[in-house]
Amino acid sequence: MTTDTKIDIPVMADLAAEGKQVDYLYWVGCAGAYDLRYQKVARSFAKILNHLKVNYAVLGTEESCTGDAAKRAGNEMLFQMQAMQNIEILNAYGIKKIICTCPHCYNTLKNEYPDLGGHYELINYTEFLDEQIKLGNLKLDSNPFLNESITYHDPCYLGRGNKIYDAPRNIVKAVYGEVKEMKRCKSSALCCGAGGAQMFKDAEKGDKEVNIERIEDVLEQKVDKLATACPFCMTMLTDGIKFKNKEDEVENLDLAEIVAQALGL
Amino acid sequence: MIKQTLFTVVLLCTLGVFTWSVFRLRAFFKLTKPAYPIKNISARLTRTFNVAFGQSKIFRKPVIGLMHALVFWGFLVITIGSIEMVFDGLTGAERSFASLGGFYDVLMASGDVFAFVILVFIVLFIIRRKFMNIKRFRGVEIGPKANLDAQLSLYFIGFLMLSLLAFNLGYLSNHSDEILGVYPVSSQIIQSTGLDFGGIQETGWWVHILLIFIFANYLPYSKHFHVFLSIPNVFLSNLDPLTKYPNLESVTKEVQLMLNPEASYDETEDVSRFGVKDIEDVTWRNYMDSLACTQCGRCTDVCPANITGKRLSPRKIFVDLRHRMNEKGSLLLKGKEDAKSLIRDYISEEEIWACTTCNACAQECPLEISHPNLIMDMRRYLVMEEASAPSGLNAMFANIENNGAPWQYSPEDRMKWAD
Repeated sequence: MTTDTKIDIPVMADLAAEGKQVDYLYWVGCAGAYDLRYQKVARSFAKILNHLKVNYAVLGTEESCTGDAAKRAGNEMLFQMQAMQNIEILNAYGIKKIICTCPHCYNTLKNEYPDLGGHYELINYTEFLDEQIKLGNLKLDSNPFLNESITYHDPCYLGRGNKIYDAPRNIVKAVYGEVKEMKRCKSSALCCGAGGAQMFKDAEKGDKEVNIERIEDVLEQKVDKLATACPFCMTMLTDGIKFKNKEDEVENLDLAEIVAQALGL
Repeated sequence: MIKQTLFTVVLLCTLGVFTWSVFRLRAFFKLTKPAYPIKNISARLTRTFNVAFGQSKIFRKPVIGLMHALVFWGFLVITIGSIEMVFDGLTGAERSFASLGGFYDVLMASGDVFAFVILVFIVLFIIRRKFMNIKRFRGVEIGPKANLDAQLSLYFIGFLMLSLLAFNLGYLSNHSDEILGVYPVSSQIIQSTGLDFGGIQETGWWVHILLIFIFANYLPYSKHFHVFLSIPNVFLSNLDPLTKYPNLESVTKEVQLMLNPEASYDETEDVSRFGVKDIEDVTWRNYMDSLACTQCGRCTDVCPANITGKRLSPRKIFVDLRHRMNEKGSLLLKGKEDAKSLIRDYISEEEIWACTTCNACAQECPLEISHPNLIMDMRRYLVMEEASAPSGLNAMFANIENNGAPWQYSPEDRMKWAD
């Protein structure tokens, strides 16, 4: 599907068959698995995990949607069906720590699974990468990037939802030197328009699409790059860039891709 | 003695009417559902200290925020003075709290200064509301009645401050020999004008105390009820992360039964409606939010759907809830019903489906109201009771059910991203 070569990804079922335990489960999420653009983000993050020689695994074909979108669209029945099946698998493997790239999966696993019997330590990949950079485990070559300007769009479910504002910015700064902040940023950040299951339906009648409103915030900063940390934000904002015919001026990258690039992976 | 008797009668009337209003609200609260248990008192106190007393969210708009904060802090100080006035009225004494000494001086001095500051700000607020075209003061939910309510509340407060200053001025003029307390603004006015305000002390006192009594009984029917409810609303707020949407326990039982048919199931349990259709489905917290809402519009101002011209306005959800409770709650208490409901007759499906659950509204709300969770509760009703979701969402549900992903891909292909 991608132009890259195959990456070796440890799968939980295989490791369990060999009687092995893992330190972390990487929750890839449906977008990581299927979305053509966001697959590259999952690949970048997996390459970083391999580079760090982290003892991790993914669930592979045993992973199923967390149910976030179903829950937010009012289908609690479907959400809980998904949640209980996932919890059964996660508990069967004795999973303790889960790393998520998608903030929607992260939020659901962290905040909504515990009441259904799924108790795990949730780590967002931005926190994980920030810590690895601080520990000096990632030798980032920022030279090619320092003369480029970049802004960061806060995903609602990471920022307002779980108060993760600094880790993503630390990562961007480690590679690009500084973050050009949009007027609406951090807890005042404007949504990309995809949350609450909007990703899967047409928008209600209005005079503008939310992602266009947001991409104007980005373009106002006259940056070369736009950093995102959510598959839905990436879809919406990349679409916004295309809508404005600015593909040649602004590139939308995920934080995992930014780190992977600076590692030369 | 006549004054004392008259005051006691007026006070009893005030308390009588207020108690009636409280009982009416209590009856409405009894129609609602449980929300969450009130635990973790220390975290609640911290939040109350920051958000209510510290006005942290109000300060997200720095200029107007500072003005509001000064009015609020002034109100806290002046309220202590109002309690003293009630004592004075009942006992016939003058300045009963003066025995507090230095603290009394500080109290009276800050009350006097705050009265002046609040008066100035209220005049500015009235001008701002009337003549400046502030977008967040508009909207379908802010009709002529809501506008009048907002203006009226401002005039109430303005005259409250004016009468307090009149009382202080009169007191100073009448007691030039021995003054209890310190009154920096009033004494400055007397000094610079050289006028004798002795004649307005009694009038100032009566106007002030009567306005307090009328205002207190007006508030339960006003958007300005936040004067009473803001601090409790913040203290009792949901402490969970904004994006945690609680699981529905009644569904958990059904799902457990589906996954494990052996599971025991209590058939006698009352299976009520899934989600929110009308006021009897909301929680006490939702209703309290609707009573506390000051209609400031900070929520709607940051709502991505509203900004881009959709019909959703988070503020309207709670304005509608309060109206509908007044309507249906009153009927239910009389044993009657009507054919209307909160959904559709007040809040359209179009509004309910426009929310991105980004929580910008909840983040902004100075009273810690949670709009998205109530909106999603209404989606639950539409989806689980009526199966009336937009078509795109039905496709998404089907995909998750059939292939464990919101898109139409085979679960067997879940590892293809690594190839």
